[in-house]
Amino acid sequence: MIKKYEKPVMLKIETGMMNKFGSSPYYTRKVRTEIDGVKIDDLVNEHGSPLFVFSESTLRQRYKQLYNVFSTRYPNIAFGWSYKTNYLPAICNILHQEGAIAEVVSEMEYDKARLAGIPGDKIIFNGPYKSISALEKAVSEGALVNIDHFDEIYDLEKVAKNLDRKIKVGMRLNMDTGIYPQWTRFGFNLESGQAMDAVKRIVNGGKLILNGLHCHVGTFILDPNAYALEVEKMTGLMYDLESKFNIKLEYLDIGGGFPSKSKLKGTYQSPDTLIPSIDEYAEAISTALYRNLKGGHMPQVYLETGRGIIDEAGFLITSIVTSKRLPDGRKAYVADAGINLLYTAFWYKYTIETDRELQGTNEPSMINGPLCMNIDVIEEGTLLPPMEKGVRLILSPVGAYNVTQWMQFIEYRPAVVLIGPNKTVDLIREREDLSDIIRREKVPERLKIKA
Amino acid sequence: MDRLQKLAVNSEGFVFDPTTGDSFTANSTGLFILNRLREGKSADEIAEELKKDFENAPEEVSKDVSDFVTHLHTYNLM
Repeated sequence: MIKKYEKPVMLKIETGMMNKFGSSPYYTRKVRTEIDGVKIDDLVNEHGSPLFVFSESTLRQRYKQLYNVFSTRYPNIAFGWSYKTNYLPAICNILHQEGAIAEVVSEMEYDKARLAGIPGDKIIFNGPYKSISALEKAVSEGALVNIDHFDEIYDLEKVAKNLDRKIKVGMRLNMDTGIYPQWTRFGFNLESGQAMDAVKRIVNGGKLILNGLHCHVGTFILDPNAYALEVEKMTGLMYDLESKFNIKLEYLDIGGGFPSKSKLKGTYQSPDTLIPSIDEYAEAISTALYRNLKGGHMPQVYLETGRGIIDEAGFLITSIVTSKRLPDGRKAYVADAGINLLYTAFWYKYTIETDRELQGTNEPSMINGPLCMNIDVIEEGTLLPPMEKGVRLILSPVGAYNVTQWMQFIEYRPAVVLIGPNKTVDLIREREDLSDIIRREKVPERLKIKA
Repeated sequence: MDRLQKLAVNSEGFVFDPTTGDSFTANSTGLFILNRLREGKSADEIAEELKKDFENAPEEVSKDVSDFVTHLHTYNLM
């Protein structure tokens, strides 16, 4: 009788070991043949592999969900789209269409937002480095500039002098909200009195009008109460400034840092169990606002959500190019995408789906990228069925940070597509070629190789 | 007697190593290769037999045999 071939496997039976998977891990596997109704095959045949794929419907749905959750509790709220999380223009424009203003942290991001047609007064300008020319441009266009350090106070005073008018500014704070690590390198520290010193300097300078407070307590914050404490401290300072200096602030910018449903390395529980729902964050923040704001006082509140909105809308399709057996028995696969495209691989354990049903028992496997570097590992150890060359993996969630923090190192960066309504597929960033790499490189005449 | 000969192997792919007390489970293709290695056949011979005896055996089946043999080495069975 002819038997069906499957990749040969022989696995050691680990009796007496804890089964942390709760069920047999040897046969569980995830298959995804399409994204938003568009076949993986069609996407790769048209745009190549690797390929970043964004789902417009997931992105809009997620934005609406977050905005509704917050705005139904505290109406005077606005979202600033965190450009650094993903600044592809098509992505930014979707979020601007949904109602987000822009939150940028560099002159380049500021220019991108302006190029997209966002007016200056709809841009929040944060970050530890803003050149004097960037400040001049932002201030003259009405941007909300949140001061990060003392030198920026002096720079903005120079800008005010040049413009011959007083200018409105916000101020970034850092504080203890019980989060570790505490982000103390941005803004002025509250508990040490540094923030109050900065306010005194602003008031004494006479050229700047403090009209907002900003804080961003960290990233991937798993405790909603950290935000409650942040709001309590920010409102406390706001009323303190009113009583001491008669400063009436117009806004509180609570920042972002909300987690996505990603599995962090080293965590045991699934993201669905570990990560609080967005409702819990909204409840903590709105309750703290109503508890600490004076009756009838409802200042503008900004949120700078990035990861929480976009991470789950992004997928990366990558193809297996080879495999080998490691001396420790693990199967090691090489994929055509690695840490060059997946910066978040350093702390995320992605959901891995295959584009087809695969025969054979799962075995301990690692997935490496194409870089000639030992650290190019996108999955250190998971159970996968035997895979041959050409099998495609769909990794998710990868929508946040990867398309901004990817690096051009020995490989071309891949195409990025957006799946829109009715299964339309739009190319939103072309695959790079050699001309992108060499466009700004120069070879002095004396170093040119003559044929 | 080499380690492979000492293994107790049943027809369902359950493998017991009396030297260490370790147990293994092999799928049908793995069992096929293991039995032929125990018969002293070479990797090339086994690859040819796989192509004959199994439906859809890939052209590069010898790569799979080589991978399986490497895995047995990591278990110190060869």
